[in-house]
Amino acid sequence: MATAAVAAALPPNAYAAHSSGRWGMRLLIVTESSFFAYLLFSYFYLGSMASTWPPGGPPALTIAAPDTVILLFSSVTLWWAEKGIERGVQARLRAGLLITFVLGAVFLVLQGVEWSQKTFTPQTSAYGSLYFTVTGFHGAHVAAGLLMNLVVQFWAWRGFFSAKRHELVSNAALYWHFVDAVWIAVFTSLYLIPRLT
Amino acid sequence: MVAAMHALAAMGWAQSPSMFRPAGPAAEQIARLGWLFTIVAGAVTVIVTGVLVAALYRRRPAHTSGIEPSGDPRGPVRWIIVGGVILPAIILVVCFVATLITQAAIASPPRPTVATVQVTAHRWWWEVRYTGMGADQTVVTANEIHVPAGRAVRVNLVSNDVIHSFWVPELAGKTDVIPGQDNAMWLQANRPGVYRGECAEYCGLQHAHMDFFVVADAPTDFAAWLARQRATAVAPTDAAAAAGLAVFHRSACAACHAIRGTDMLGRVGPDLTHVASRQTIAAGTLLNNRGNLAGWVANAQSLKPGSGMPNVPLDGPDLQALVAYLETLK
Amino acid sequence: MATVVAASDAPRAQLTEIWETPRGLLGTLTSVDHKTIGKRYLVTAIAFFIIGGLEAAVMRAQLVHSNMHLVSPEAYNQLFTMHGVTMIFLFASPVLSGFSNYLWPLMIGARDMAFPRVNALSYWTFLLAGIFLYSSFLVGQAPDGGWFAYVPMTARAYSPGLNIDFYTLGLIYLGMSTTIGAVNFIATFFTVRAPGMSLNRVPIILWGTLTVSFLIVFFMPSLTVASIFLYLDRTIGTHFFDPANGGHPLLWQHLFWIFGHPWVYIVVLPAMGLASDMIPTFCRRPLAGYTFVALATIATGVVGSGVWIHHMFATGLPPMAMSFFSGASMTVTIPSGVSIVAWLATMWYGRPVFKVPFLFMIGFIILFVIGGVNGVMTAPVPFDLQLTDTYFIVAHIHYVLLGINVFPVFGALYYWLPKMTGRMLSERLGRWVFWLMFIGMNLAFFPMHITGMLGMPRRIYTYPSGMGWDAANLISTVGAYVFAVGVLLFLVDLVRSLRVGPLAGNNPWDAPTLEWSTTSPPPPYNFAVLPTVRSRYPLWEDRLHDGATSIVDQGPVLDDGRETIGTSALDADPMAVIHMPADSAWPLLLALALTVVFYALLAVSWTWTAIGFLLVFICLAGWLSPSRIARAGGGT
Repeated sequence: MATAAVAAALPPNAYAAHSSGRWGMRLLIVTESSFFAYLLFSYFYLGSMASTWPPGGPPALTIAAPDTVILLFSSVTLWWAEKGIERGVQARLRAGLLITFVLGAVFLVLQGVEWSQKTFTPQTSAYGSLYFTVTGFHGAHVAAGLLMNLVVQFWAWRGFFSAKRHELVSNAALYWHFVDAVWIAVFTSLYLIPRLT
Repeated sequence: MVAAMHALAAMGWAQSPSMFRPAGPAAEQIARLGWLFTIVAGAVTVIVTGVLVAALYRRRPAHTSGIEPSGDPRGPVRWIIVGGVILPAIILVVCFVATLITQAAIASPPRPTVATVQVTAHRWWWEVRYTGMGADQTVVTANEIHVPAGRAVRVNLVSNDVIHSFWVPELAGKTDVIPGQDNAMWLQANRPGVYRGECAEYCGLQHAHMDFFVVADAPTDFAAWLARQRATAVAPTDAAAAAGLAVFHRSACAACHAIRGTDMLGRVGPDLTHVASRQTIAAGTLLNNRGNLAGWVANAQSLKPGSGMPNVPLDGPDLQALVAYLETLK
Repeated sequence: MATVVAASDAPRAQLTEIWETPRGLLGTLTSVDHKTIGKRYLVTAIAFFIIGGLEAAVMRAQLVHSNMHLVSPEAYNQLFTMHGVTMIFLFASPVLSGFSNYLWPLMIGARDMAFPRVNALSYWTFLLAGIFLYSSFLVGQAPDGGWFAYVPMTARAYSPGLNIDFYTLGLIYLGMSTTIGAVNFIATFFTVRAPGMSLNRVPIILWGTLTVSFLIVFFMPSLTVASIFLYLDRTIGTHFFDPANGGHPLLWQHLFWIFGHPWVYIVVLPAMGLASDMIPTFCRRPLAGYTFVALATIATGVVGSGVWIHHMFATGLPPMAMSFFSGASMTVTIPSGVSIVAWLATMWYGRPVFKVPFLFMIGFIILFVIGGVNGVMTAPVPFDLQLTDTYFIVAHIHYVLLGINVFPVFGALYYWLPKMTGRMLSERLGRWVFWLMFIGMNLAFFPMHITGMLGMPRRIYTYPSGMGWDAANLISTVGAYVFAVGVLLFLVDLVRSLRVGPLAGNNPWDAPTLEWSTTSPPPPYNFAVLPTVRSRYPLWEDRLHDGATSIVDQGPVLDDGRETIGTSALDADPMAVIHMPADSAWPLLLALALTVVFYALLAVSWTWTAIGFLLVFICLAGWLSPSRIARAGGGT
């Protein structure tokens, strides 16, 4: 009888892409993506009512563009790290996680610099409120990703992961790629689209 | 004529402002649509309940096993397709077409509007301002809008503070009054009469006491009313009224209220230039008579707690004089 | 281990030791058993139902006659706001979470939900968010902006106190609870159904709760964003809703209703699922049109996501847009109609047994129809411009909320409490409860159709005399109190049942689904051996004669720690043995840490907020650190 036979042969682990942990991370990503969708909806809704939007013209790309490249590259390094542990290469995992962390931290620092150079504040206008809230929440998600990275690194440097067992890495990587995808949406909405119209 | 207006007022006061007693073209169109939907709703309820009762109590052949087998699924599926999809879809399409027709019908008045009123909603009263009257011919009143019967008036809706909603059930559907947005609607009554209006969006402590009246006048009466309202306030002609004016000056009323033709031009509260011409005070809360006026001035906070009108402590003679003066402001 | 064993040979003592939560305070605070959590949700939700009912009782006393002064306008505005918040957020959804939490694993042949600790967290955060909201009464500043809190009235300028800050933060907190619960349900649905329980064999409550879990995941963030914006406008001076500086009050309404309309389906679809699972038992036959009902559930959720503008018809939006939403709002009734016809067909082609749960089903259908059709009356824009913001809408919402949530809930209590407690409630008292609630409800709310049409607006603490509204309001108040007596009688019945109710046995209703194969109450491990499922109605197969042969009396024991079977998403083919976490203190600790954060935000103390976040991080790190078993080489 099928269940008996399979049950006897079942591995005593969670089962990778079907695992409940992966479902949890996917659903977290769906709900957080919705969260950013509503932030951007608010941005476009208020923009549609304004005569000029953004009020001071499109925001400068001087910091934001390279910052974007840095963040996207951090996804590449993390992907490289994940591929490494899939083949059991501890060194690649550790190095990749570390580089990703540094790149993510640099992203945040540069974002802070950009913030300090703005001539408006959240209290200046609805645009200011939106700009800082949207980029701020994205930055908070990056920070959470960095904390996750530290935790994963903690276990990685203690040799906890293997080719067979690295769910934590895969889930954390999924989260990091999501944070990058959100940045693409934010960057496009706040920095690129104003330049098209 | 004034007596007739007061009689009409008494009627408006005592009747429900019912959307099914329409007195203008917009409300009539809407009421027709409303009846269609009400009848459909009632019929569906009765029929479904009937089917339910039949399903429960119909006679069934005896059956020995405890469980009915599923049987031929085509029966239930037919039920579902016909009763659950096809019939409702047909009914809803008819209803939707009727909706679109009504929406188009009420989009504009039968003939172009003949006046424009700017209604500014405050917490918790209605400022009414007739525009297009010329720079030195202001018509400002409160909580009462006059319209010529049989013609449409454009109403521009402005909010002084929070979201309110302007609603005269017997004449039209409601339109929200939203700060930062210019909403407008048209209003028309078929015949002379008094129609009650209400604020229909929760706006704070005294949302319950923010009514107003739309008074439809015969066209000549409307012109006469406008002319009277355009005039500045009469100067007091007797001693009591003059004393009252002095009390008005002393008591800082001018900080909030305006009486055009005097130096008292406060804009925070209702314009009192012709307060005695209105049927009610305190946004429809009280009938406009001597006793209520006195009570309102002396003790507004127990009649409408939280409203912008403070209790004005005056001794008996001062209060009498003040009320006597206000009653001259027709 | 994963070998197959006959149920009679299963090592029950060992399974009990593995799964049972120890008695005592520590056990109570660390339990992750879905049955315990489900019962806690039910008790807490019903407590809030009673509190919300008391708030309504005061309101109805105030409105029994014109110009009453029983309560001040301030008090009344807090009462009607908290009545709405309590009923909508603290009762209607959590009570359904309670049933789903308790029943899902038992119905799908699993030992627990996919995320037992997350489950506990969702309960603790629900409880603490409710306490957070109600702590506002301790400082006399309960939310008073209506449950919908429209700006600008709820902006700092017009609401200077803490009232609205309790509201925004309370809802953000509660939203977290609801969202993580939803994530748990979705993951559970797709990972731990018993082998053979393919999608077309799950009880309809699974479809109902699954659909609303997706709605929650997609739409709760809209309310969160709105609440964050309002909190920021109020505390640090942003301008999201301020038209003088580029903001707009309608942004709040859009964000609120994009969440708010799906929310009304969130509070009814699982209840409709409960009904779909009870009606077959009392008609002695399978549900007619199962596939239609499952699809109708999903369709209602999908179409219902696109109708939110019908709450804003009076705001002056472009007529063409409003026509579209008007049509969509009419369309969303069709799936509901499909379900109603399916239930009627089940009754017609079945043999009704008029036990108390079934009475509630009958009442539910009638009230559903009335609430549905008076809702259709508000779908056409022009007529809605008369009806909206009047007592007609109060009639509509109470017909749908009481009809499609409360009545199924009370039916479900009479039906499933015997499974939970092992004791039956009283058929005689139950009939009284039903009739008092049904008659009381109709007396209370039917007249409101009339007062609405006679021009009575909503949210007014009193009304003038001579408006023609007095008689209807008197009847409403009487009806409300009749309904309250019914609820009180239910509580009496409940206490009575717990003390001296007759023992229920495994399957007092001769019902068909898996939960009725266990004892009443079930053992901590649910199933001694995990079943294999071959039809929708495993316990009726011998009498339905349609060839299905589910296996309930033998299967894998899985007693190497807390284990259940993981299966594939669609067909439930067995794929792995899943190791479940033991009881844990982290959920409660994390919930307490989050509570610190929210009180800190209420006080606008960034220092304490930071401390709170630090505590949250510590709890998360502790929670997510791999268990000792995993570190030793097993598990994830």
